[in-house]
Amino acid sequence: MQWFQQFAAFRCDSALRQLNSRFVVRRLLQVVPTAFGIVLIGFLLVHLAPGDPVAAVAGENGDAAYYAFMRHRFELDKPLPQQMATYFERVASGDMGTSYVHGRGSLSLVLERVPATLLLTGTALVLAIAMSIPLGAFAAGRPHGARDIGISAIVLTLYSAPAFWLAQLGILVVALKLGLVPVQGMTSAGSTQTGLARALDVAWHLALPALVLASQEMAAFVRLTRAGLIDELRRDHVRTARAKGLTERLVLFRHAMPRALLPVITVIGARIGQLIAGAVIIEIVFGWPGIGRLMLEAIQTRDTPLLLALFMTISFAVVLANFITDLAYGAFDPRIRVR
Amino acid sequence: MAHSIHGFESADLVPAIPPAGVATLAVRNALRRPAAVVGLMLLGLIAMMAILAPWLTSFDPFLISGPSLASPSLAHLMGTDAIGRDLFSGIVFGTRASLLIALSVGLVATICGVTIGSISGFFGGIVDDVLMRITEAFQVLPRFFLVAVVIAVFGPGIERLILILGLTSWPILARVVRGEVVATRQLDYVLASEALGASRAHLIRHVLLPQVMPAVFVMLGLMMGQVLLIEAGLGFIGLGDPSVITWGTLAGDAQGFFRAGWWLVFFPGMAITAAVLGFNLSGDALSASIQGR
Repeated sequence: MQWFQQFAAFRCDSALRQLNSRFVVRRLLQVVPTAFGIVLIGFLLVHLAPGDPVAAVAGENGDAAYYAFMRHRFELDKPLPQQMATYFERVASGDMGTSYVHGRGSLSLVLERVPATLLLTGTALVLAIAMSIPLGAFAAGRPHGARDIGISAIVLTLYSAPAFWLAQLGILVVALKLGLVPVQGMTSAGSTQTGLARALDVAWHLALPALVLASQEMAAFVRLTRAGLIDELRRDHVRTARAKGLTERLVLFRHAMPRALLPVITVIGARIGQLIAGAVIIEIVFGWPGIGRLMLEAIQTRDTPLLLALFMTISFAVVLANFITDLAYGAFDPRIRVR
Repeated sequence: MAHSIHGFESADLVPAIPPAGVATLAVRNALRRPAAVVGLMLLGLIAMMAILAPWLTSFDPFLISGPSLASPSLAHLMGTDAIGRDLFSGIVFGTRASLLIALSVGLVATICGVTIGSISGFFGGIVDDVLMRITEAFQVLPRFFLVAVVIAVFGPGIERLILILGLTSWPILARVVRGEVVATRQLDYVLASEALGASRAHLIRHVLLPQVMPAVFVMLGLMMGQVLLIEAGLGFIGLGDPSVITWGTLAGDAQGFFRAGWWLVFFPGMAITAAVLGFNLSGDALSASIQGR
């Protein structure tokens, strides 16, 4: 791993110095309208949703004066632009409405579930990259050879399968038939463990869902590593490294790999939405207590404020992740900053 | 530099006159790849299932036709569900609805994407800037969640699903079309056509778009695969239209019984995987063939 530390230290140092403010400002200017658009979608959904919100709160048989009072209280008698402004203000201050079912702020309900989802997606992402690099290198060894085709076929099939299907098959085979891992949840039922014992228990529960999610994410990484390596291994600097008498492993890991891996950053950014979507489905199958379970509950109980809070939080996270990966890529690859 | 005998993939190799039948050449070239053959066979099989649905099965997918939760047998090739409906009929008829959704979304997205992309690439300048910023904003929206929220708020419906997915799936097509139009815009044969007095509409429709379409079909294939996966995911979380049988609704119905009947989970998922893999393989092979790899 030494090559990576050297590489990262060198790149980060020069990158941060060079990452000019114009590039950052440009990208920020793209983030703001997108965030605005997300809140606008939230507002439109609230207002176009079928059913009268006042009737929902006050009941069908209230008198006209009471309806008028409620309308005034919720500012529904104000002109639409003003209602919109109020909505934007509230979202900006972190108020995404009160959940019908839980009777609490929906944003805090969502944020409580975020750590579990982050643990699942983070582990899956690391696993996916860790599995993809050797697979990609293995496939690049002989392009269009048997093992290249085999790896591509397996990885593409996993990518093409629905997340819930892989998760359910995983439970049927690995958890129920082989009994290797637990079927459901994040911790063993009734467990009061703490510290390391608890961490191990969580890891044991995490293994299968993280592996399923990772197997779906691998396709893009394997493909990039493979294509990048095939491309890099033909280049002059690699030939020089070989001519110096370096071992093939050093050539691969120190000279070809770092440059080949650069595009992986962009793929993480571009696929973050699908990653969370996959995580949500897998959480539902495995009973993992993240935002996926919360979303299923919100759908089943028709809890619109909670659903909107989920949608807006996830969208903001995706926009933010895209922004960060773009900056990271700009920092590592000077060519991107030019325009 | 990638080398190709057809020479239409890189600007410096493109002759002044466009090579005859770009799309035909790309398809013919793609068909030499085993991946494309497998992909097209999968898609062909699924298309046959959709077309021949009434002749393939004698059971009505909505009616009870056997014992509940019967495992696969000669009478019920893929078993029956919790209330005794034939799963094979469900899969066969579900093919129609699932493909209809994917193709309709593809159509809506193509209309939006090709229009926006060609205008953006053709006119350039501020028009291009504005359109591309809008495209990028649409592209980051997490589609699955947007569709899920809209369907959850307004209730399930196929038309709704097609419309929202179509209206959020076009950005990738617009970007591809724009890129191709920008790349071909200044080539000799386009300039020649312009010098001969061709109108802008004629230039876009008859001179530039034929060159761009193979790239559009690549993206369209990959996109329709994703649409099938999103539809399946929605069906799985209970947002499928209950009045229509799709692979997604079958998978959603199976969720509660998957320990009692593995076939209920296995077959719908397999159908989805086969179709998505077919789209992905065909799209990949066509893409490789266009790039002359």
